[in-house]
Amino acid sequence: MIGIATAVDVAALKDTTLLNMGIFGLFVAVTMVIVLRASRNNKTAADYYAAGRSFTGSQNGTAIAGDYLSAASFLGITGAIAINGYDGFMYSIGFLVAWLVALLLVAELLRNTGKFTMADVLSFRLKQRPVRIAAAISTLAVCFFYLLAQMAGAGSLISLLLGISDWGGQALVIIVVGALMIMYVLIGGMKGTTWVQIIKAILLIAGAAVMTFWVLAIYGFNLSDLLGGAVETSGNPNILNPGLQYGKTETSKLDFMSLALALVLGTAALPHVLMRFYTVPTAKEARKSVVWSIGLIGLFYLFTLVLGYGAAALVGAETIKAAPGGVNSAAPLLAFYLGGPLLLGFISAVAFATILAVVAGLTITAAASFAHDIYASVISKGKADAETEVKVARRTVVVIGVMAILGGIFANGQNVAFLVALAFAVAASANLPTIVYSLFWRRFTTQGAVWSMYGGLGSAIILIAFSPVVSGLKTSMVPGANFAFFPLSNPGIVSIPLAFLLGWLGTVLDKKREDTAKQAEMEVRSLTGVGAEKAVDH
Amino acid sequence: MGNDAHTPDAAASVDFEQVQSTERFQELRKRHRSFVFPMAVAFLLWYFAYVLLADYAVDFMSTKVWGNINVGLILGLLQFISTFAITGWYVSYSNRRLDPIAAEIRNEIEGHEFDKGGNRVSGVTK
Repeated sequence: MIGIATAVDVAALKDTTLLNMGIFGLFVAVTMVIVLRASRNNKTAADYYAAGRSFTGSQNGTAIAGDYLSAASFLGITGAIAINGYDGFMYSIGFLVAWLVALLLVAELLRNTGKFTMADVLSFRLKQRPVRIAAAISTLAVCFFYLLAQMAGAGSLISLLLGISDWGGQALVIIVVGALMIMYVLIGGMKGTTWVQIIKAILLIAGAAVMTFWVLAIYGFNLSDLLGGAVETSGNPNILNPGLQYGKTETSKLDFMSLALALVLGTAALPHVLMRFYTVPTAKEARKSVVWSIGLIGLFYLFTLVLGYGAAALVGAETIKAAPGGVNSAAPLLAFYLGGPLLLGFISAVAFATILAVVAGLTITAAASFAHDIYASVISKGKADAETEVKVARRTVVVIGVMAILGGIFANGQNVAFLVALAFAVAASANLPTIVYSLFWRRFTTQGAVWSMYGGLGSAIILIAFSPVVSGLKTSMVPGANFAFFPLSNPGIVSIPLAFLLGWLGTVLDKKREDTAKQAEMEVRSLTGVGAEKAVDH
Repeated sequence: MGNDAHTPDAAASVDFEQVQSTERFQELRKRHRSFVFPMAVAFLLWYFAYVLLADYAVDFMSTKVWGNINVGLILGLLQFISTFAITGWYVSYSNRRLDPIAAEIRNEIEGHEFDKGGNRVSGVTK
């Protein structure tokens, strides 16, 4: 098992470009047919935003897993384990444990009280206008960060998988991916997007399962031997211990705490995940969705543990770092080592599909939030009919799609996992305190919600702007300048407690009281499901 | 309009404050909170204990237990197991202790037992 690290010839990857493109083209063709078939029943707003609430818990759970297992988790975590060992594994634990927040505190209560968007729940018993606007702004901000991360990932993936290394060529592929995504969302709405997620999740998990089995078979199904192989190839026994990436200084240790906080509290506040709970008919199915997604996501992260150490042992950190695409190339290189061009082509196509599907899910969430919360409720003051609202949503899809394409072209080459972690931090700061307070704290008021949301969103974004992610280091977005007075790259440890504090402070200082009848209605509805939105009958 | 989450349905004319004050609803609320709050606190403490150990007790986490498998890996895998276990526990708790009582209250509301304006059908026992 020794010395095979050189067996992966990176230059040979370019020869497989056509095969990669062919498999990806097949995926696009098959899903497009399914999207077209699924879209025949898209008539009402509930159809377009919430797929007619007709998905079962297991279908929706698979789609949630598809949404959640983005390119950042598949390529990013496998690569992080291959290079940084144990510290990469800790990412996946945070991403998984976070689902308990969604399961215990959010999913069912949210399904029972809302209709299409997060703002429906937050503004249920508070003043409509200010709360809805704040919730929509934070939804758009989180979606924007997440979109940027996915599109940036598309660029680095392309350089590896399609052998396109010049900037113009990559930009062209980003445009093609973006245009495809706009088509899916325009035609298919939530139903089409959900089917794309389901198919992609199954392919991704199946592909990872095959590779995991294969790697384990090489080491006689002995995890200890696999870990030994990783140590041998890397020549560094610390790859099995924590601290390789985050243990360097006291600041980096604190940074890891901040990241852990953002990961565990961010998931249940991601707008595109929350919106998925509206695609099922009842709260019980929403619960089942989370159970399914916890099972699938947990299983998948166990696979990435094997794949990451497998890549470290069989491909080697040096080869991975030197390959185009860098850290993100660990999983594709491992696929090439194991199964040659065919497995690489399959895994590459799945990775592309992942980006396509996640971007589609984010876009429909952002468009729904704009059309439903800002256009229908604020601009037209509730006078717009559902048809106009969906028309506005479709136009917003095009605008957001174009913005994502442009953002992706300019963010090309940025660190994907970082950008995703920032989206989690913004979500945890801006949304989670208000979600929890409005569901569980009777006294909570409009002022508390507004302070918490703007305070959390503002502090998170300001701290990011003055962090080493943006300036001060060679790896920063603006490498020449240095205005980084905040030492941590993740703002969560400051902005999340601050947002909770502001929500409490805004409430106790608020002289106005909220409507107790509305509070009673929200509490009764959230726990019993009475009057909850039903499935659309076709 | 504005928030059309309030659909014109069986629950439109319900006196929710009255429902909220019934003993049965208070029992449902208590059962829900007495499970989810302690459980949320417990898994967050356990997760942050793990993160702190990985961050500041590297030597302990690096202790080899069996072959190349160290304490850190075992604790990490235990996080997976505890997540699966809490999920299973919550589902069985909801099925047994929450869903039946929630369905009862829902049926009564939809059967107009809590409507405003005195057109109550049958005796609401408080």
